[in-house]
Amino acid sequence: MSKTVLTVDDSRTMRDMLLLALEEAGYTVIQAVDGVDGLETLAAKGADVVITDINMPRMDGFGFIEGMRADPNHRTTPVLVLTTESDAEKKSRARAAGATGWIVKPFDPVKLVDAVRRVAA
Amino acid sequence: MDAFEAIKVTFFQECDELLAELESKLMLLEQGQTDLETINAVFRAVHSVKGGAGAFGLEALVRFAHVFETLMDELRAGRKPCDPVTIKTLLRASDVLADHVQAAQGLVPEVDEARSAGLVAEMELLTHGGEAPAPVVEEDEDDFGFTPMAFDMALDEPLAPLPEPASGWRIELRPHGRMYASANETGLLLRELGRLGPTTVVLDDSQLPALDALAVEEGWLAWTVELHAAVDEATVREVFDFVEADCDLTLTPLGAPAEADFVFEEEGPAVLPAGDDLDIAALLARVQGEAVAEPLAPLSAPEAAPAAAAAVPTPASTPAPAVASAPTAPAPVTIRVDLDRVDRLINAVGELVIQQAMLSQRVLESGLARSSGIALGLEDLELLTREIQDSVMAIRAQPVKSVFQRMPRLVREVADMTHKQVRLVTAGEDTEVDKTVVERLAEPITHMLRNAIDHGLETPAERLAAGKSPEGTVRLAALHRSGRIVIEISDDGRGINRERVKKIAVDKDLIAADAVLSDEQVDNLIFLPGFSTADAVSDISGRGVGMDVVKRSIHALGGRISISSAPGKGSTFTLSLPLTLAVLDGMVTTAAEQTLIAPLPAIVESLTPQAADLHHVGGLDPVIRFRDTYVPVVDVALVMGFRDAPMDPTQGIAVIVETESGQRAALLLDAIQGQRQVVIKSLETNYQQVEGVAAATILGDGRVALILDVDTLVAIRRSGVRSDFKLAS
Repeated sequence: MSKTVLTVDDSRTMRDMLLLALEEAGYTVIQAVDGVDGLETLAAKGADVVITDINMPRMDGFGFIEGMRADPNHRTTPVLVLTTESDAEKKSRARAAGATGWIVKPFDPVKLVDAVRRVAA
Repeated sequence: MDAFEAIKVTFFQECDELLAELESKLMLLEQGQTDLETINAVFRAVHSVKGGAGAFGLEALVRFAHVFETLMDELRAGRKPCDPVTIKTLLRASDVLADHVQAAQGLVPEVDEARSAGLVAEMELLTHGGEAPAPVVEEDEDDFGFTPMAFDMALDEPLAPLPEPASGWRIELRPHGRMYASANETGLLLRELGRLGPTTVVLDDSQLPALDALAVEEGWLAWTVELHAAVDEATVREVFDFVEADCDLTLTPLGAPAEADFVFEEEGPAVLPAGDDLDIAALLARVQGEAVAEPLAPLSAPEAAPAAAAAVPTPASTPAPAVASAPTAPAPVTIRVDLDRVDRLINAVGELVIQQAMLSQRVLESGLARSSGIALGLEDLELLTREIQDSVMAIRAQPVKSVFQRMPRLVREVADMTHKQVRLVTAGEDTEVDKTVVERLAEPITHMLRNAIDHGLETPAERLAAGKSPEGTVRLAALHRSGRIVIEISDDGRGINRERVKKIAVDKDLIAADAVLSDEQVDNLIFLPGFSTADAVSDISGRGVGMDVVKRSIHALGGRISISSAPGKGSTFTLSLPLTLAVLDGMVTTAAEQTLIAPLPAIVESLTPQAADLHHVGGLDPVIRFRDTYVPVVDVALVMGFRDAPMDPTQGIAVIVETESGQRAALLLDAIQGQRQVVIKSLETNYQQVEGVAAATILGDGRVALILDVDTLVAIRRSGVRSDFKLAS
């Protein structure tokens, strides 16, 4: 049984790239286009690992992670934050919201898969 | 195309959408809607362009987007005001960003570097206030080009030893409660360490309080790990980079004395202090222990490594599924189809319509009763055919948005060049029309908008003097009206200066000096070839192209253009175009035994000429009275050369038509057969261009019929040429 990764990103390009890298590494990928969609998808389908963008319409990545952590089913689901901002402020906000780790864009597929593997139980 | 190239194509499509979004949100900002959500939306659009560009190594685009994004970040944080000056810069920056995207795509050779650099400087000034801008620091990560590759699972095996940095590390880890709250697990960290080399793990539960004092979300446990691998400190720290802030971490090269005074052998049987808290402590120890023991067991014995590798996700031995099969976002589901295929389908449906009409006609001629099964079945077939045709046409239909979206930039540029203040208002962007029509609309609309700003609108000073707001408004609207698409371009400027237009026309010998013209006729003079004057052909609107060219390109699409103008209040240009270039509503007529189709949109009325209404003025050609005016009679059969002598008008039928310029004429024909939708077949493709004929079609009985080009017919009649013209009959 391959593990399922939920990717939450408003950019189709980024979703496609994540899909390509993750499927190549043997993960099953499900997708959502923003935080609201992400929470709905997570509730409906569940996931072993979540990767989320920060800047998204409707609900950003911080809100999404907080929402996820408020759901008893996903308090301990690992979530990685995708961000071009490598600055400490974004990281600490993400951490405060409950992010497990982060991936700095533009991401390297090897590092991406490695990060997912590291946090996947 | 490989998956990577496919994503790149997606990226550029997405860029177009993002740029459109950027444009529309910036317009909102410009209109004073400077709320956080709008600013955020602008930020996100730029941010997404930058993110994708980074992945593809499009450096120039990334650099420009970065500066743009940084400024937007200041605005959304409220550190800089979103004032009109800034918004103006943002608007121009969005234009340059679009240029960068085009350049990255290879659509244009290069971006205007000076312009780009100028905007970068402007944005940096806005970002950093008056201070010198800090050097732009790019991402601290390496600049990875994204290349899809088969992932080498050797990654999961212990790394090859580096030349002796240390023979190993003692790692002391005491996680805080926060670490667990973010779904990080000590077990997983230990598993990672296990990948670096053989480990010995010792658990310290000495801090664990009695059950009644236990705060379950705190971190009470600590671990000491001995890693027997010659790796450098950074490699070990990398394992903890997500959790460094949420734990106490000490790294000591092996050989240095350990600090822990009490250690607890993890692998050994659990020796727990006796007491009331025994059970919970044992449980905790077991839970943590299981997570650790499972992955560690095989890894601590190097020969068992392959078994561990099998437990990780399947390597890339199976080809990655095509990107197209990706689960798609809950957006409207679309497929991309080659235009050729659609056109082949449209063509086939066109033939089907003709075939169906022919069949109906044969059945009618065979004398079968209308209530017969065949006739009824044919009626159903006709309905179905019409439905298929409409559906197929709808495939080619596109909203005019793609053209309208390009206009705000144009308006800004022209406004800057002419030093005028202009607000562009658009409406009906979702109005759909055939793809070909959409594409060919861009040029005439561009031209007319330029004209509206350059000639129509006054300078701010002039407007103030006239009691108007200094900012002029140009409106671009699209709507459907009676089976056609209507595009209106209006301005609230000075209107057409009829005196001047008339003077120019007289100077250029386009009209007689003593000609008496209605206001409408004067306005329409600007469409005459050769009207464009030196001072009208400015850099901005002219480019040597006059309104006559606009009119011709609209005409070529089967459309018409008209103008209405009120002095001091502004002008409105109205374009009316068919929704498709593939079918035409026509009036089937006969002239000298030839079947001819008159385009229905051009027809005003038809009547039987009475002798009393006909007058011969001057030359040979008669005029006919029509609603209190006289219109020239065009003897179609004569002009087309089907007949050598004019026919008696009272024996025929006069179809009153209106040309693009609004002139009216009466086409004299033998008879009218009826109204029908016909499939347009290009005469030029199949034969050659014939003056007075717009195209051809195939009728229900299989005969070819010509579709009349009303404007040319009227022009031929006026100029009197073509009397030698004979069409093979």
